[in-house]
Amino acid sequence: MNKQASFRVPIKFVRRGFTGHDVPEDGIMQKCVRCGLCLPTCPTYLETLRETSSPRGRIHLMEAVAAGKLDLTDPGFVGQMYQCLDCRACEAVCPSGVEYGKLVEAARTQIERAMPGSTVKRGLRWLVFHQIFGNMRVFRLLCRLLLFYQRSGLQRLVRKCGILSILRLKEAEELLPTFPKSFLSYSGEQYGAESLVSTKNASPSTSVLPVAGKTATQVALFAGCIMSTAFAETDRATIRVLLAAGCSVVVPRHQGCCGALTVHAGDMDRARVMARRNIDAFEQSGAEYIIVNAAGCGAALKDYGHLMRDDNLYAERAAHFSTQVRDITEFLASRSFSSPQHPLHLRITYQEPCHLVHAQRIDRAPRELLHSIPGIELIEMRESSLCCGSAGIYNITQPEMSRRLQERKIKQIQKSGADLVVTSNPGCYLQLQSGLRQAGSTMRVVHIVDLLDMAYRQE
Amino acid sequence: MLRRLIPKIKQKTVPPPVNTVERMRNSSEQHTASIQSPVPTRHDLEMLRPHIVRELQAIVGAEFVLTEEVDLIAYSIDGTWIEGRPLAVVSVASAEEVSAILRLANRERVIVTPRGSASGLSGGSVPLAGGIALSMTRMNRILEIDRVNFVAVVEPGVITATLQAEVEKLGLFYPPDPSSLKISAIGGNVAENAGGARCLKYGVTSDYVMGLQVVLPTGEIIRTGGRMVKNVTGYNLRQLFTGAEGTLGVITEVTLKLLPLPKYRLTALATFERIDEAASTVTAVMSSGILPASVELMDQTTVQCVEDLLHLGLPVDAEALLLFAFDGNHEQVVRGELEAVTAICYGGRAKSVRIAYSDEESERLWRARRSIAPALARRKPNKLGEDISVPRSAVPAMIRQVCAIALKYDLLIPVFGHAGDGNLHPNILCDRRDPEEMQRVRSAAAEIFAAAIDCGGTLSGEHGIGLLKKEFLEQDLGQDAVQAMKKIKLALDPNNILNPGKIFPTGKSEF
Repeated sequence: MNKQASFRVPIKFVRRGFTGHDVPEDGIMQKCVRCGLCLPTCPTYLETLRETSSPRGRIHLMEAVAAGKLDLTDPGFVGQMYQCLDCRACEAVCPSGVEYGKLVEAARTQIERAMPGSTVKRGLRWLVFHQIFGNMRVFRLLCRLLLFYQRSGLQRLVRKCGILSILRLKEAEELLPTFPKSFLSYSGEQYGAESLVSTKNASPSTSVLPVAGKTATQVALFAGCIMSTAFAETDRATIRVLLAAGCSVVVPRHQGCCGALTVHAGDMDRARVMARRNIDAFEQSGAEYIIVNAAGCGAALKDYGHLMRDDNLYAERAAHFSTQVRDITEFLASRSFSSPQHPLHLRITYQEPCHLVHAQRIDRAPRELLHSIPGIELIEMRESSLCCGSAGIYNITQPEMSRRLQERKIKQIQKSGADLVVTSNPGCYLQLQSGLRQAGSTMRVVHIVDLLDMAYRQE
Repeated sequence: MLRRLIPKIKQKTVPPPVNTVERMRNSSEQHTASIQSPVPTRHDLEMLRPHIVRELQAIVGAEFVLTEEVDLIAYSIDGTWIEGRPLAVVSVASAEEVSAILRLANRERVIVTPRGSASGLSGGSVPLAGGIALSMTRMNRILEIDRVNFVAVVEPGVITATLQAEVEKLGLFYPPDPSSLKISAIGGNVAENAGGARCLKYGVTSDYVMGLQVVLPTGEIIRTGGRMVKNVTGYNLRQLFTGAEGTLGVITEVTLKLLPLPKYRLTALATFERIDEAASTVTAVMSSGILPASVELMDQTTVQCVEDLLHLGLPVDAEALLLFAFDGNHEQVVRGELEAVTAICYGGRAKSVRIAYSDEESERLWRARRSIAPALARRKPNKLGEDISVPRSAVPAMIRQVCAIALKYDLLIPVFGHAGDGNLHPNILCDRRDPEEMQRVRSAAAEIFAAAIDCGGTLSGEHGIGLLKKEFLEQDLGQDAVQAMKKIKLALDPNNILNPGKIFPTGKSEF
């Protein structure tokens, strides 16, 4: 190469690398053989066709930071760590088993520690992750305020007057769920223990069919933060469906948010506080399984073992906790129970939440459940497992890419020709609902448990 | 406002302004103020001259010229562990843009390294010598599928699997199936003359290249070949550029031959106690006049690794597993072939033959073959995958040699691959972080190459020479042949700006 075409700049500054705990592990990064098979599954690569926006590229950037070739706080590096959706589609196809999710979450934690940012940013993070998601009383208070905001007509006014565009909160406000009047409280209430009596006299027409000859399986419901407020009806439907499957259900007290968003935002230490609270709450319930109906939460709870691995008091307990966690679909599909008899004549398509299909590798169970409902026609959409762009709070922090993915997803849904789209994660639910509305579609979104519950209740 | 939850991110990539040196000095002071990392590093940053960057921006548009640190780092790799560092990444959308860039490159003596999906296994798209990484990924349209002439005309960035899916919708078939087909780009396939399991029956990529549009290193855009079935007009340039690994021209359009899609596919898995028995069975099958779609081999080490991962009940004491695939348009004929080969296998002392009649059962049998990569990854984090190609009759001898080399250097070297056509993949498992082991790996690789050449074979059947095998080229081809190739390279690329340092020996080993 001709010397005149380039020139050398002597730089003398020290590049920051990864320090302390929660670093992207060398052992994981080493496994990447750069085959590139992750690229065609990565939503940001598919949208940009840029190597930098791909898992292979991002892993190589992390290797560069670890090797001192790239600064931790380099704007490009930071940008890429947050442009990643953490959907883990790459993990699911990686032939070498690279646990990419752990890498990017650790990288974000490193970034947040190195660059705490302005007072506004720090204040906002404290408010959102320590107070709102970290404290269920504050969270519920906020939900009640939003409920009032919606029911009192204030929302209509605010939307009309255009103040949202000024505050740049318009997209975020569009995503707000419609809150139901009553939330589900973490009451410690036990459902179903007494309704499961001797099987011999139970007539086939009763709606609760006990599992013959067995005592009820005791399960604990992870009610969730947003699931127990905005989606309280789905939580109740979950309890009903579990009862129908021959379980007795308890909703333990003192549980709270799973901490998924907190981990994704690079605050592992705060997430650990939340994990400890949940581990304590569920240990006391004595349940065999912890049932969760939100894919994002399920993945986070199953990762508690990894999150708490360095905690002397909680490491083992967290590992045990994680082994008890079951997504509602995988739990139901693994049990023999009588499927609903009454048909629901619906043409549906299924949007696979990333944290169910990629992070938990659950793809058959939801389909088995859908097929068990008579009258249902399940039409598979193309790119059913490509991220919808919700990705936790990604749709708020990265609105452009989120919108592109949302539009892509809505197009596929509409192409499928279904009347209803089924999913099992609140983030996806809201993203799809908002997207369908913006596309002028009348298609509805429904949570898979709500659909099952509907089928049972017809009887 | 809620965006402030995460760090403020620069949305656009803007190229460094002319006073870049100023800006970097300032930012370095900022960093020094909040320092915590203990290792001081003195380094020089090489950068492309601003006027060249501006010209590139004028050709493709500013958003398609990347000069940020993160982009340069991301584009420094391919499917091997070799790293280069480009000075700029330029993403193109047409042959005219490529032509303008190459003319600029010749004028300013800037190196250009073309790249598709960079899934190559020999270093062909690694920008080791710096310069411009020319990304063809945006040229990803299937321009035409001609059902009368049985051709597809595609841009180089089309993913192989995408092309296959599209033509199969119309009852057509594009056979070459490299394992990377879900990500590898057609342009890259042509440049490396990619193979795959089906090559036994259907041939390699070059058998399907009917026409190319190529931009020569000096900037001229030429066409060679086309849709015609027969063509002897002038030199057969399309076969020259195929397999030239991006050193003779940049491919900007490919006309590919298609076949009718076979309607029936069946699979059989045969296990053999001894590798010689497996090899003679392969010969017996071919001699019987049956041409399976593919015959894949897995040696004992490979089977043990896969069994460790999948627990399918594969016989770990068997020296070889053969996976046969048959396809065709008449069910009776395909079944007949399967049954005949099953008989031959038993005649060849196969311990067992499992047959799959349905697609689902086929998938299960193929699972073992497809799980080789993850199975090997469990043993060791890295591997040096070789790609030697020997005459079919030399397969057992070659495998025995590899076993001996593995013992000699105390390495794990599973062998698997396309036994039917003699193209084997000995994979030397290793850990990149262990320099002592890597030294043994290098020696073992050299001995494997020597053994392949001794058997009447060659260094590479489908991965290409690239950076990994260039030092062995003369040993394989002889000096005169290598000189002849160099003359062609010089004739087309007098300033040696297009992907230099690949294929030909430089005296410096790259692994």
